[in-house]
Amino acid sequence: MSRIDDYRRVSGPGAVDFVLRLAEQVQGRRVLHVTGGRLGGGAAETLRAMVPILAELGIDARWEVTGGDAGYYLTARALQAALEGAERGPSEEGLARWADMNRLNGKKLDLGADLISVHDTQPASLVSARNAGRWVWRCHVDCSAARADNWAAFRQFADQYDAAVFPMPGFESRLDIPMFVIAPSIDPLAERNRDLTPREINETLGGLGVARDKPLLVQIAPFTQAHDPLGVVDAYRLVKQHHDVRLALAGTTDGEPDRLELLTQLREIAHQDSDVVVLELPAEAHRQINALQRAATIVLQKSVRAWFDLGPAEAMWKGKPVVGGYAGGLAPQIIPNVTGYAVHSVEGAAFRIRHLLNNPELIPRMGAAGREHVRRSFLITRQLVDELALAIHLLR
Amino acid sequence: MRTAARPLHFAGCVELRQTLDVHAHDERELMSRIAEVPADSIYFHTFGYFLRHHPQTTAYGNDFARWAALEIGDRALAERLAVVDPFAFPRLDALRDHLVSILSDHLQRHTVGGRLEFDRAFHFQRSHIVEVPLGLDATSLVEFRAGLARVDESAIYLHTVETRVRARRAESFTTWLADALGMPELAERFARADPYLTALERARGRLLGFVDEALEDERR
Repeated sequence: MSRIDDYRRVSGPGAVDFVLRLAEQVQGRRVLHVTGGRLGGGAAETLRAMVPILAELGIDARWEVTGGDAGYYLTARALQAALEGAERGPSEEGLARWADMNRLNGKKLDLGADLISVHDTQPASLVSARNAGRWVWRCHVDCSAARADNWAAFRQFADQYDAAVFPMPGFESRLDIPMFVIAPSIDPLAERNRDLTPREINETLGGLGVARDKPLLVQIAPFTQAHDPLGVVDAYRLVKQHHDVRLALAGTTDGEPDRLELLTQLREIAHQDSDVVVLELPAEAHRQINALQRAATIVLQKSVRAWFDLGPAEAMWKGKPVVGGYAGGLAPQIIPNVTGYAVHSVEGAAFRIRHLLNNPELIPRMGAAGREHVRRSFLITRQLVDELALAIHLLR
Repeated sequence: MRTAARPLHFAGCVELRQTLDVHAHDERELMSRIAEVPADSIYFHTFGYFLRHHPQTTAYGNDFARWAALEIGDRALAERLAVVDPFAFPRLDALRDHLVSILSDHLQRHTVGGRLEFDRAFHFQRSHIVEVPLGLDATSLVEFRAGLARVDESAIYLHTVETRVRARRAESFTTWLADALGMPELAERFARADPYLTALERARGRLLGFVDEALEDERR
């Protein structure tokens, strides 16, 4: 577990001192985070690092999780999908059962705090049991495409909060409460992002069967249509006509049938082309992902639909230029022509990759600019500042 | 060495961003939304740009110009919006009117392109500034220089841009230099320093240069 002082060597000058100064205004206040679980990436990953740091800063910070029966999780997942634009929302009965389960959660959990942040949909209806403190709904996905009827069903809970927080402007749908914006961040000291020695990188890549004898293009993303791995292969093939490169695609399937089908197609492609490597990795394969990003010549994130995936930020932190899709939270992470390129097509991705390979002096220059961009805008120290500012603003 | 009538308390700031759920998908919508959003939002997208603008990013001067260049792809409009200096306007409503007049004039001469997809739309925001006392005080020009050189760059924004336009607990550098330290000429140089289209670190360097010259004059 990292301590706040550990971040002095990776964050910008004065960043940690600024956090300490800001935290003085929240010391002694009780801050509670509630999520649907402690495992996995996203909010849980951030909270695993952030809650101990908040406690170290003198804030009474706690983290609770909700739980329930199989139907509870099913409804929560359906609700989450509905907010992200799925046509069908949960049934009325399912929604009522989910709310009942959260009422039980509310009785079991200690919800006494000055500021209660409830993350995503699973615990969202806990707000109905509010009796003290300021309540904030933390949305980590893009709700802008939610169908009106699904959003209306969810608003009965969301509007009971004092405020909502979205990862970027444009991810919101209509609410009657103030909606703030806090971008997510990466933890530079976590296993996924920490410095690796050349030996660690070589050993890890050796274990994955990825040779380092030619320029390496890497995309780390779940094997879904939204992340367009087949489009990445097409771009690689266009590049391959001019440059002898290798492509590594690493991701998860989570056992989902459509993802497994996509993985099968990709494995078939890899079977026919020895310069394509397809790796199904578990979500917690942080060292392997770290090593792949560090070994990459160029990192791709050619998603056609993305929420606020931090793949570009992770890659830029490792000094890599990023060619990313123009989707969701990817575009704001990439400064065009400075830290990489945001592209709209397979051809656009191939063109930018070729441009970088033909002008290799750009690669370290963009990589260095990317690392500084992330240091300023996407490290956990920046998110700590935003979180503390939110607490100060709401607890005034 | 003169002593100030009151100390300057250096403070930094954090911008807590709030999305307004107001969006523009083309130039015409941008014009009508600029005309109706709260003044705080005009402030955020113009003056607030200085806090968010860093040397790595291309200088567009404000968020409207950046959007016109990168999303709409209307270079002529971007240029006309980029050159708007928010510091030249005495009130935010005057700045708002000027932006609307630029868009109106542009729309009379040019055909509007198609509407953008929602994820490329202009999303209007405002912000809440949280001040952060930095535990650094100055009661003389020497102490002021030492503080100016080491404070977080958000303090440069707070004491030069924010305090110039909106009432804050923090005191503007110019007010303190003129009223508390009795150095109106130096205050005047600070007031005339043009922060437009530069980064805060560069603005800091320029202000430090003014202070060094004043210190040199005092030593003579």
